[in-house]
Amino acid sequence: MVESASGVAPLTGAPQLTRKDFISDQDVRWCPGCGDYAILATVQRILPELGTPRENYVFVSGIGCSSRFPYYVNTYGLHTIHGRAPAIATGIKAANPKLEVWVVTGDGDALSIGGNHLIHALRRNVDIKILLFNNRIYGLTKGQYSPTSELGKKTKSSPHGSVDYPMNPLSLALGAEATFVARTVDTNPNHMKQVLMRAAHHKGSAFVEIFQNCIIFNDDAFKFVTDRQTRDDNAVILEQGKPLIFGKDKNKGIHLKGIKPEIVTIGENGVTEADLLVHNESEQEPHYAFLLSRFEAPQFPVPLGVFRAVSKPTYDQMLGQQIKTVMEKAPGDMKKLLHGPETWEVI
Amino acid sequence: MSTDPSLPVHHKEIEEKEDVVIRFAGDSGDGMQLTGTQFTHSTAILGNDLSTLPDFPAEIRAPAGSLAGVSSYQINFSSRDIRTPGDAPDVLVAMNPAALKTNLKDLKQGGMLILNTDAFGPENLKYAGYTSNPLEDGSLNKYQLYNIPITLLNNKALEGSPLSKKEMERCKNFFALGLMFWLYQRPMEATIQWIGQKFKAKAELAEANKMALKGGYHYGETAELFKKHYRVPKARLAPGIYRNITGNEATAIGFVAASQLAKTPLVYASYPITPASDILHELSKHKSFGVKTCQAEDEIAAIGMAIGASFSGAIGLTGTSGPGMALKSEAISLAIMMELPVVIIDVQRGGPSTGLPTKTEQADLLQSIFGRHGESPLAVIAAATPGDCFTMAIEAVRIAVRYMTPVILLSDGYLANGAEPWRIPDFEKLDPILVEHPTANSAPFIPYARDEKTLARPWAIPGTPGLEHRLGGLEKQDGIGNVSYDPVNHEHMIKTRAEKIARISRDIPPLKVFGAETGDILLVGWGGTFGAITSATEALRQQGLPVSSIHLRHLNPFPSNLGDILERFETIVIPELNLGQLALLLRSRFLVNAHSLTKVQGQPFKVQEIIDGVKQLIKKRGVETWSSQPVALPH
Repeated sequence: MVESASGVAPLTGAPQLTRKDFISDQDVRWCPGCGDYAILATVQRILPELGTPRENYVFVSGIGCSSRFPYYVNTYGLHTIHGRAPAIATGIKAANPKLEVWVVTGDGDALSIGGNHLIHALRRNVDIKILLFNNRIYGLTKGQYSPTSELGKKTKSSPHGSVDYPMNPLSLALGAEATFVARTVDTNPNHMKQVLMRAAHHKGSAFVEIFQNCIIFNDDAFKFVTDRQTRDDNAVILEQGKPLIFGKDKNKGIHLKGIKPEIVTIGENGVTEADLLVHNESEQEPHYAFLLSRFEAPQFPVPLGVFRAVSKPTYDQMLGQQIKTVMEKAPGDMKKLLHGPETWEVI
Repeated sequence: MSTDPSLPVHHKEIEEKEDVVIRFAGDSGDGMQLTGTQFTHSTAILGNDLSTLPDFPAEIRAPAGSLAGVSSYQINFSSRDIRTPGDAPDVLVAMNPAALKTNLKDLKQGGMLILNTDAFGPENLKYAGYTSNPLEDGSLNKYQLYNIPITLLNNKALEGSPLSKKEMERCKNFFALGLMFWLYQRPMEATIQWIGQKFKAKAELAEANKMALKGGYHYGETAELFKKHYRVPKARLAPGIYRNITGNEATAIGFVAASQLAKTPLVYASYPITPASDILHELSKHKSFGVKTCQAEDEIAAIGMAIGASFSGAIGLTGTSGPGMALKSEAISLAIMMELPVVIIDVQRGGPSTGLPTKTEQADLLQSIFGRHGESPLAVIAAATPGDCFTMAIEAVRIAVRYMTPVILLSDGYLANGAEPWRIPDFEKLDPILVEHPTANSAPFIPYARDEKTLARPWAIPGTPGLEHRLGGLEKQDGIGNVSYDPVNHEHMIKTRAEKIARISRDIPPLKVFGAETGDILLVGWGGTFGAITSATEALRQQGLPVSSIHLRHLNPFPSNLGDILERFETIVIPELNLGQLALLLRSRFLVNAHSLTKVQGQPFKVQEIIDGVKQLIKKRGVETWSSQPVALPH
C-alpha cells in the first residue's frame, strides 16, 4: 500500500545547525526600521535550537509585507495568495504530519481576507504555528486601515476616520478554541524568543500575535507597551501560576470582582497578593484566557505571554490515525474496489 | 427470472422487446430515486445494457404534491448497445397528479401509463393545476392507461404489519417497483437483500418493504389488468466482467486507482456542493488505500489544501461544481505559477450563480480554459460517459504529475448521477504513473530546471535534505526560481508555461472518426454528450446521410490531429449544452465555419434533437448553397 511520500531524515548524526543555516541567499527587502527584522532574527535564532532537521520545516505565508518572510528563511517555503496560508498549511500537514509547518501572516491577511481559514485551522487544531504580525495597518498597499485599526483612525482610505470597529485577534483565536494562544512584541527579543519557543514546542495550533511596528504607515502604534516610560504600566507579563502584577513599582494587580476584572493596588485598602487573579494558561475552558484578551490599554494593562496552552489531539494526527486503523484491519484491495458490490460476466 | 419459491408460476404471455424506457415519477418524498436505482441494479445484473437519467429538484423536500417537488428517474435498458437514457419513455409510472402533469408530455404516443389513482384526490389535482380529473375526463385515452390504487393495494399487502398507516404508505414505492419487476421480468433478490441491509436495525421496516415489493409483484401476476409481460434479453456486450457504475463513483475510484498506479498517496479536499459531493462521500470510504479526505471550510480552502498536499508530495485533488470553480480560480493560478500538480474536478451544473444545482450543463468549458487572471494555461480534459470518468480521472493525474501542472477534469450532472454497465478493467494491465522526487546531489538545486521533453520542473518535496527552496505567486526567474520583475524573463516564463501545456498534446492519442474519415458533415462533441451525438450520427448514417462524428476528451490542448480532421469535412456541427463554447474555440483556433447546435435546459440532448438539428441544417444549406456538395435530404 501507499506509504507517506516523503522520507524524513533521522536526527542522529545530523550536524548541529546554527542561525546561519536558516538565512537564505535573498536580500531582505523590508523598510529600514521595520519590526519584521527583529521577528525574522528571532525565528532564525530559535530554529536551530529545536532539534528538527532543516529540511522538515515549511514556512507558508499569504500576501502582505510579513508574507515575504519565507523567502528569507532557508527552509522549504511557500509564498502563496492573500489569506489562504492556513488552508495551504493544513494541506501540507495533512499530507505529511512529520513536517514542522509555520504560517506567517499579518492583520489584513489573517483577519480580513483570510479570516475564515484562520478560524478553521485553529478549531481543527492542525499542528501548525501561526505568527500574526499585527501592525494595525495595510503596509504593502501603502496605508489603508486594517481590521485591527482603532475606530476613528485616519488613513488614506479613511480620511474622516475609520467607522469599522476593530477586531481583537486573540479573542478571535480563543473563540475558535485555539489550543495555544500567546502575544509578544517585536521590541522585546527575549520575550519573543520565549514565547516562540513555547509555540514551537506546542503540539497543535499555536497562535501568536506579535505587536509589530510599521515605521512608515503606523509608527508608534504600540508605543504604549514599548516605551520605557509607559510600558510597565501598560503591560502585564503573564507567568504560569503567578498573580497578575504589573506597574513600574510592581504594586498593581488584577482582582476579579464577580466576573469583572479591576485594577487594585497592593498594600492599599487591605489588598494583598492573595487577592489577585493567578494566571493559569492550562484552564481547559477558554473563558479565562478570553477575559485576559479583552484587556486593552490604557484601561487595563495589555497581557503579554502565553494566554492559553492546552492539549488536544491534532487534526493531522487524527486524520493519520483513522487511516492507520483502517489499513491495519484490512489494507485496500484494488480488485474488490473496482468490482464494487455486484458484478456479472459477459462471455 | 426470480427463483423465490413463494411466487406463483407464471402463466401470462411474455413478449420480447429489444429496448424499453421507463420513467418513475413521484413526489420528492416518494422514494423515486431509490426505486429507479433498485430497478437499475437488477437490470444490470440481468445483463442488459442500460443508461439512466435521475432528475430531481434542488429542494430536499418541496411541498408534497407540488409540481416543484416532482422527482423522476428514467432508465433505458436494452438487448443492444445503447448510449443514452432514451429520448422518450415507453412507460411512465406516475405516483401523483403533479408527476403526471410534469412528465406526461415526454411519454411516447400510445405509451404505457401506470397511475397511482389513490393520489388523485381533489386536493392533489388542484395542487397540480388540473381543473378536471384526467382519470375521468378522457384526456389520457391515447395512452395504455393502467389505473391502479397503489396506496390501497400496498396497505392491503402489509396487513398485519405493526407499522402505522403512514409508515405503511411510505412503502408504496416498493409496491410499484415490485409491479415493474414483474412486468419486465426482473429478479427481486438483489432488492430484497438491499432492504435487509438497509433496515438491519429495524426488522419490521425491512419486513414491510419486502412485503410491499412482493405484493406488487404478485399483483402483476394475479390481477386481470395486465394481459402479458415483457422480456428484454441480455445485451451482447463485449466479453468481460461488468458492474453498474455512476460517473461520480467512477471518478472517485479512478482517483484511488491513479494513486495506486502512481504509488503516491491521495489527499482529496472538497467543500460539499451539488452534484460533486458524492465524490467526497465515496473517497472518504477508501481510507484502506491511504486516501485522506478533508472537508474544507470553503472552496478556496479546498484548493489551498490540495496545493499544500501536492507541495508535500501527495496527489492533491479538489472537486467542485461551477460556483466553486469560480472561487478557486485565484488559487489555481497559484498552482500554475508554482507549477505544482493539482487536479480539480468540476461536475458542471446549470449556471450562472446558483443556477440549477441538480441539473446538467456544459457551460464551464471556457471558465476552465480561460477563467483566471493573467496568461494562465492549464490542461482541461472531459469524461464522455459515466464509466469514462474512471479513465479520465487517471488521465488527469497522469498529466498533472508528468507536466507539473494543474489539470481540470470536467464531468457534469448527467454523467455524475447517471449509471451504465461498466466493463471492469484489469488493474494489473493499467500503465503505471511515473512519479519522481529528486534528491540532493553535489550541484545546487534548481527548482525551475526543466525537463527537455515536457518542460516540467522537478517535484522536490519537503523532508528532502539539501533541496530546501521557496515557491510563490510572484513571477519566477526561470531556472533558479527567485522572484524576478525582469520584463523579458516574464514574457519568457509566460511563453514557457504555455508551451509546456501545448506539449501535452504529444501524449494524447489521435482522435478517431466515427463514420467516414472524410466527407460532408462532421459532428464535434465533448464531455457527457458523447452518447447522444454518437447515437444521432449512427441514426443519420443509417438514413444515408453523409455524417460522421468525433468526440473530444482533451479540450486543452486539443489532440494534435484535430485540425486535419476538421479540414477533411465540408461542414462542422458542434452540439453542446451551452451557447456554443467549443464552437467559439474551434472557430478561433482553426478558422472553421463551425455551426452550433445548442441546448441549455438543464437536460441532456435527446438523440432526436441532434438528428433534427442536423437535418434542419442540411435543409437550410440546400437553399443557401454554401456547400458545393449536393446533399440528399431524408425522405
